Amino acid sequence: MVQFIEQVINGLQLGFVYALIALGYTMVYGIIRLINFAHGDVFMIGAFVGYFGFAVWGLPWPVAILVSMAVCAVVGMAIERLAYRPLRAKGAPNIATLITAIGVSLFIEYFTSLKFVFGPNYRVVARPFAVQVFHLGPVSISSVQILVITVVLVLVAGLQYIVYRTKVGKAMRAVSHDRDAARLMGIDVDRVISYTFAIGSALAAAAGVLFALAYPQISPFMGIMPGLKAFTAAVLGGIGSIPGALLGAVLMGQAETLTAAYITTDFRDAIAFGILILVLLLRPAGLLGKAGPEKV
Amino acid sequence: MKRIAAGILAFAMFAVAGCGGAQLGTSSGTGGQSVKIGFIAPLTGDAKTYGESAKKGFDLALEQAGNKAGNFTVAVTSGDDRNDPTEGVNLATKMISQDKVSAIVGAVTSSVTIPVSEVANSSKIVMITGTATAAKVTVDDKGARKPYAFRAPFIDPFQGQVAAKFAVENLKVKTAAILYDKGNDYSIGLTEEFQKTFAAKGGTVVASLSYGKDDTDFSAIVTNVAAKKPDMIYLPDYYGKVSLIAAAIKAKGLNVPLVGADGWDSNDLDFAALAGGYFTNHYSADDPSPAVQKFVKEYEAKYKAKPDAFAALAYDATNMLLEAIKQAGSTDSEKIRTALQGLKEFPAVGGKLSFDANGNPIKAAAILQVQANKSYKFITSVQP
Repeated sequence: MVQFIEQVINGLQLGFVYALIALGYTMVYGIIRLINFAHGDVFMIGAFVGYFGFAVWGLPWPVAILVSMAVCAVVGMAIERLAYRPLRAKGAPNIATLITAIGVSLFIEYFTSLKFVFGPNYRVVARPFAVQVFHLGPVSISSVQILVITVVLVLVAGLQYIVYRTKVGKAMRAVSHDRDAARLMGIDVDRVISYTFAIGSALAAAAGVLFALAYPQISPFMGIMPGLKAFTAAVLGGIGSIPGALLGAVLMGQAETLTAAYITTDFRDAIAFGILILVLLLRPAGLLGKAGPEKV
Repeated sequence: MKRIAAGILAFAMFAVAGCGGAQLGTSSGTGGQSVKIGFIAPLTGDAKTYGESAKKGFDLALEQAGNKAGNFTVAVTSGDDRNDPTEGVNLATKMISQDKVSAIVGAVTSSVTIPVSEVANSSKIVMITGTATAAKVTVDDKGARKPYAFRAPFIDPFQGQVAAKFAVENLKVKTAAILYDKGNDYSIGLTEEFQKTFAAKGGTVVASLSYGKDDTDFSAIVTNVAAKKPDMIYLPDYYGKVSLIAAAIKAKGLNVPLVGADGWDSNDLDFAALAGGYFTNHYSADDPSPAVQKFVKEYEAKYKAKPDAFAALAYDATNMLLEAIKQAGSTDSEKIRTALQGLKEFPAVGGKLSFDANGNPIKAAAILQVQANKSYKFITSVQP
């Protein structure tokens, strides 16, 4: 039983990191119906900037997370401005934008692999604090796990505030409901989309730094798998839905960890993705997604 | 892969065809005065530092022998394989058919040495590698010996035996857990040997858990290992994975000795997470044994740097070959082969060496301990 609780905590740590990435996927999809495949790479850039922050520039780690979030917000906006907006302005079909997203993703991976950028090899991340293990009765929990879970909860609360209590959030919700109607109401749609990318990318950056602290190794290709898993989590929860992304990510984290713990590590991905297929068969819109045909 | 195999085969056949005359030419042409040796190593490319060290060891051995093996003056032709198997095969073929060498020292990495050993073996030319550890360097796919292939390092699985012996006898542990990569032959081979030897010595392996090569989250299996309360954890994998697993073990608050193999030997190891861990290696410059210290002194005098394992092993390989040529008293590859296989207790840096039936030396392994200040401390050497 003790072991089971510890495994659930392990799963929460993983799932919460996925959640931060999944939020970016789901917000961008909600607003422009685009699966931003470069999102996992923004996560990677976030991990590197955070690493430079606390390991090279000597910043305290909370500051390093904020710096990384700021840098990635700019990166996210730049990607949207340079790669996606021109296509949108020309009314390119969705598939063209999707292929562009894959191109951006590969570009970031291989560009950052160059020797004068991050280099192709992985780097060991020295944690900026000593890991402590706390014992709550028989259950042990590490300071890294507490850190990850706390930071994610704070950021999700912050996101909730932005989306439901601010003008920008209101505009974002309006654009995701009906872009044209929102434009007619005087909302600067391009700017709102830009903000959405900034917020999503900042969350991915925080996820990157947390990931690097929890699994201390970073490389230019580290974003591929977590990105894919987080995307899956977003679809599982119902893409476009913020609570859905959180639920999906937590489920993915649990499925992976519990499979590795009680069945075998060989099946961890098979079972996680198997659950996705099952859920989509029963609820095509995802667990918390809005049912109904997509507008064409 | 298929294309490479076909290329190797073509070269090997070409080499065989060119060889009948070659050997006659060597023995009649030299008149017992000189012997030609080929040297193959990656002197440029991604394994460049390995090759440079090996070349230094090779040169030092020749220099100390006065460029002589018995009554023969040694003539060297050396080549750069760039850590590319095709290039290695080309070099070996050229050395055998054009330069008419009697023996080859090299190559350095297993991926190049395996095809080079095929060429050498089918041309009946002795090849001895200083550093290639894959089992297939001296045996073919079916496990049959390539009679002309030899090596100076111990092979991968041997380290598993040594680690188990060290754990039981020196660390005095009773139970062990193993975490290994199920997709990596190196990791699997070490795990099997460790398990066998550990059990034979009275220990119990309480958990043997595998992971995939793309895994980064080890918290689930580490939690399972922690629940079993092992006295030690064996991590037979390369430095990258080992660093991540060790960090997960630390985060779990599990404070037991970690033990590993030569895959740990890298500057990119997470020294903070692995500090205090032990691993088996081929050699350590800090080994107090007189043979090692003599070699380190001589090497430092010539190159102003500490010799690494590559230099030491290439040095041993070269010396063994020179001794075999001397004992054979001939440049005939077959006679050199017989002499090399028959070497008994040859005094080398790596101990008193003899070859087993598969051309692998029977020798001790060094146990090193990882230090937090990015270095390794020599602990002891363990006999097989």
